Amino acid sequence: MIKRILKKTLLQKPFLKKECKLHGGIKLQGFKSLSNAAAVQILSVPPQLIIPLKQHIGEAAKPIVNVGDLVYKGQIIAEPNGYISSPVHASSSGVVAAIEARPIPHASPIKETCIVIHTDRKDQWHPFVQSTPEPLALPPEDLRQRIRDAGIAGLGGAVFPSAVKLKPTSDITTLIINGVECEPYITCDDVLMRHHADAIIQGALLLARIVRPQKIIVAIEDNKPQAFQSVTNAINRLKAAGAAAANTIHAAQVPEIFPAGGEKQLIKVLTGKEVPSGSLPYELGIICINVGTTAAIYDALYKGQPLVSRIMTVTGEGLDAPGNYRVLLGTPIHYVLANAGVARQHNAEVIMGGPMMGVAIADHAAPVVKATNCLLIKNTRQIRQPPASMPCIRCGRCATVCPITLLPQQLYWHARSKEFDKLPAYHIDDCIECGCCQVVCPAKLPLVHYFRFAKSELKARERERKKADVSRLRNEARQVRSEKARIEQEERKARRKAARKQVITPETNPDQSTPDSLNASSLQGVAPEPQTHENTSMVKHEDQTKTMAR
Amino acid sequence: MLIIATAALVFGVLLGFAAIKFHIEGDPVVDKIDAILPQTQCGQCGYPGCKPYAKAVASGEADINQCAPGGEQAVMALAGLLGREPKPLSAELGSGNSDEPMVALINEETCIGCTKCIQVCPVDAIVGAAKHKHTVIEAYCTGCKLCLPPVCPVENCIVMETVRPTATLWKWPEPARFSEPMRGAGS
Repeated sequence: MIKRILKKTLLQKPFLKKECKLHGGIKLQGFKSLSNAAAVQILSVPPQLIIPLKQHIGEAAKPIVNVGDLVYKGQIIAEPNGYISSPVHASSSGVVAAIEARPIPHASPIKETCIVIHTDRKDQWHPFVQSTPEPLALPPEDLRQRIRDAGIAGLGGAVFPSAVKLKPTSDITTLIINGVECEPYITCDDVLMRHHADAIIQGALLLARIVRPQKIIVAIEDNKPQAFQSVTNAINRLKAAGAAAANTIHAAQVPEIFPAGGEKQLIKVLTGKEVPSGSLPYELGIICINVGTTAAIYDALYKGQPLVSRIMTVTGEGLDAPGNYRVLLGTPIHYVLANAGVARQHNAEVIMGGPMMGVAIADHAAPVVKATNCLLIKNTRQIRQPPASMPCIRCGRCATVCPITLLPQQLYWHARSKEFDKLPAYHIDDCIECGCCQVVCPAKLPLVHYFRFAKSELKARERERKKADVSRLRNEARQVRSEKARIEQEERKARRKAARKQVITPETNPDQSTPDSLNASSLQGVAPEPQTHENTSMVKHEDQTKTMAR
Repeated sequence: MLIIATAALVFGVLLGFAAIKFHIEGDPVVDKIDAILPQTQCGQCGYPGCKPYAKAVASGEADINQCAPGGEQAVMALAGLLGREPKPLSAELGSGNSDEPMVALINEETCIGCTKCIQVCPVDAIVGAAKHKHTVIEAYCTGCKLCLPPVCPVENCIVMETVRPTATLWKWPEPARFSEPMRGAGS
């Protein structure tokens, strides 16, 4: 009831319209002109591809090829394992050289299972990869299955399997195509919109065929006028062509503020609706998909090409050739760096993602994955020593800029003193680790690092608790079972005893009716020979009772 | 007088009825203690499992610092629950416990299929049959080490291994602490 009233007021939103503003957030210097001038360059096929089985949120894929197999570009080499999972495809043709643990792009030097392919440089597509002339005519369920088979996951960085997101669970009113790209330095979505706006719009129409929204909004930050123009032109071309769907789609500019490109933040900016903690946007009738993902869906459905490459920004000051590259998934990062004009500097720090939310990559041999939207290179000169932290002075600036209206200083205090159980009450799970609090902190505290530390600690405790619950149940079940077995054994013993009496009574001592005939006989000093005979007969009888029991 | 006597009788009956009606099976304190314990069922505390130890703690027979796998975290939680002073882990427990999660691994080359480990495993995490090779279900193994020699008659057949770290299991390290300058009252 309350929900309905809320929905009604939210839908009417005469007063909420002016509330379409993000709480907090900060204006950041973009550094986007470093890399957004040129069109996307295509990076050559590396001699070796390292393709991790888990490049998405959910379960890792299961390999279905063997070492020594010949694979073609676009061939499925690992199947999805579970509902929230995604298949993995060979990014180029070649021979499977190994299926083993290799470094992955992660903040830790952890290795995970990867399929290593030695490429033959022919880059030959699998014959199965065929274009579909008119995918819009296909049934929506078919389209969704094709998106899943193409291994498409959110390319904005979260890599959630898109097919799961597109599952029609409730009525969708708004489809948002997210081209905000608010993080500094990253320009891969910007150049994509500038040069491939038609693919994005066509992809959006395909998505609309699946989720049937009332309107489609392509959201672009107002610091990308060329991208906005290009997308508007593409929509106008569609209108000129007389497509009926063209009227539902429009491009919208959102004010430049970080982190307006976050899914929940963008929804707030565009519609004024706030996605509640623990809910997902579809519960409000909204689905938000990144422009890169939309273009990948276009490629998958029109050209039949699965997700084997992505556009990626390689940037940083003092870089010879910053720009955007279409890179095959699985290309080692050092290969990308070498081709982008980064000399092999031993201590160049590479950040995957942007300066705000990215993580420093521990090993440069790690491959480019679906989530790699940007490689930000800082050379040795630019690596700043982490600024000396000072004690928190409780100024509260972090709370003013927090886009989720959390209390970062409170989170910090509890995380610092390891009082992790107090953190859920402050909604640490809602923290998107955007880093705004850390930027404005006058004490230069590594706040995001503290939150990541606390979050992983909480997750580990949750895992331990779950495991303890399972262990408790198994232990209890075991005890019940052993108790049952004990009782059964006792019963069997008692039965045997009773049976023994019956056997002994007629055979050895027909007159004796005392219960302890054995004792009596031994007391009477019976010769050992009959006793052994008696014993064997008893054993025999025991066997009989056993078989009977069975 | 009569009124008071009647009232006493009525309330007596009520209380007696309530005692039957709202009777709680088991001891809620024991369950709460048991919920804190890690359920490794290793018996290092000197009791045959987590539940017996929980009962002993509840009755005051055992101290709160006997759980080695639970470590400091469990001691603190128990102290908080029972309103007692936290104390360091019992020194008798030894130092064989690592912070890393461990699981047992059976070397299938040397396993003779004696089923002895199956009989001691407190969570039924070992599968196998007599004269057949046994194996550990890693997901269920609590790392209690009960199956290690002398239970296993073969040398180096069952070994403890650390759980292979994966990106999902990985934990962010604690940020380096800044040295908080002491600010005396005078400054």
